[in-house]
Amino acid sequence: MSRTGTRLDTKKLNSELFTLTYGALVAQLLKDYENVEDVNKQLDRMGYNMGIRLIEDFLARTGSGRCYDFRDTAEKIQTAFKIYLGITPTITNWSAAGDEFSLCFESNPLTEFVELPDNCLHLKYCNILTGVLRGACEMVQMEIGAWFVQDQLKNDIVTEMRVKFIKRLEDAIPAGED
Amino acid sequence: MKHQIVDPKASSANKGEADESLFEYLHAEMVNYVLSTSVKSGEKEKEEDLSRLESMGFSVGYRIIERLTREWPRFKDELDTIKFICTDFWTSLYQKQIDNLRTNHHGTYMLQDNSFRLLANIGGSGSKQYLRESPRLLAFTCGLLRGSLANLGIPCTVDAEVSALPSCKFNVYVQRI
Repeated sequence: MSRTGTRLDTKKLNSELFTLTYGALVAQLLKDYENVEDVNKQLDRMGYNMGIRLIEDFLARTGSGRCYDFRDTAEKIQTAFKIYLGITPTITNWSAAGDEFSLCFESNPLTEFVELPDNCLHLKYCNILTGVLRGACEMVQMEIGAWFVQDQLKNDIVTEMRVKFIKRLEDAIPAGED
Repeated sequence: MKHQIVDPKASSANKGEADESLFEYLHAEMVNYVLSTSVKSGEKEKEEDLSRLESMGFSVGYRIIERLTREWPRFKDELDTIKFICTDFWTSLYQKQIDNLRTNHHGTYMLQDNSFRLLANIGGSGSKQYLRESPRLLAFTCGLLRGSLANLGIPCTVDAEVSALPSCKFNVYVQRI
């Protein structure tokens, strides 16, 4: 006896599970913290923890080596978005020095079912992404800064994340050695 | 329980979809967060407070089931609903079906998954090393089940038990009014 319903689209639902789970997490954080700034910070921190683990998965999957320069990094980040979220943000607005660029998202699966209420104006809903980027880059000896400058949830046309190269991290010398 | 062949590779040509490992990383962070901020109830820290994890699962389950069953024919009865949960629901979320379903026909169901995905990476077959920590990884899914069933009109409580990783059982107790 088989059901007549159409097969469920596994991949699609999986992404909805992620989106909704993320939403539930943000809602819980808003409940737990009084201050929206603290929620932003907590999201970033959690993203960082995800990033430092995610980079291993990324390197194992793509087999990519070291980045030649920051432009190379930007492209690899773009690839990562393709793999993990199925989206391809555009890389734009390079700074003259080539140490800063923007990732523009036209659609963002994280915000698929989301509307921000008025009392959450300062909430950076997708802040987990900045943390992920920071954490992942740190594991490949790059200190970067990432932050959102535009957000579709706040009626901007695109969501724009700014990424800035801060410095190359040197391999730490083990304690007790010169 | 009949097995349908689901090839995960076949549908992995994804477009606009999140990778499954992303959910696992996020889930791990949620567990960490809930544990790090839960207030230790007195001296006995045997029972960890996982209720927030469960309630997050509930809200996710409550929402996701609406999208899942949107174009689905109406379920005949409770058992039919539970069967749906064991097959299509589970497959779409965890890439496999529930391996064993038992019921006493009085509102208690036991759903057994022999290799539950969120447990799969913390121990090989029969490993006991992380047995004590494993409830943390199940609370969210208990809530997910409870939320889904609640939205399908079946109020229940759900708990989980693990005897040997990575296998686990979810017990669903339907509340009769």
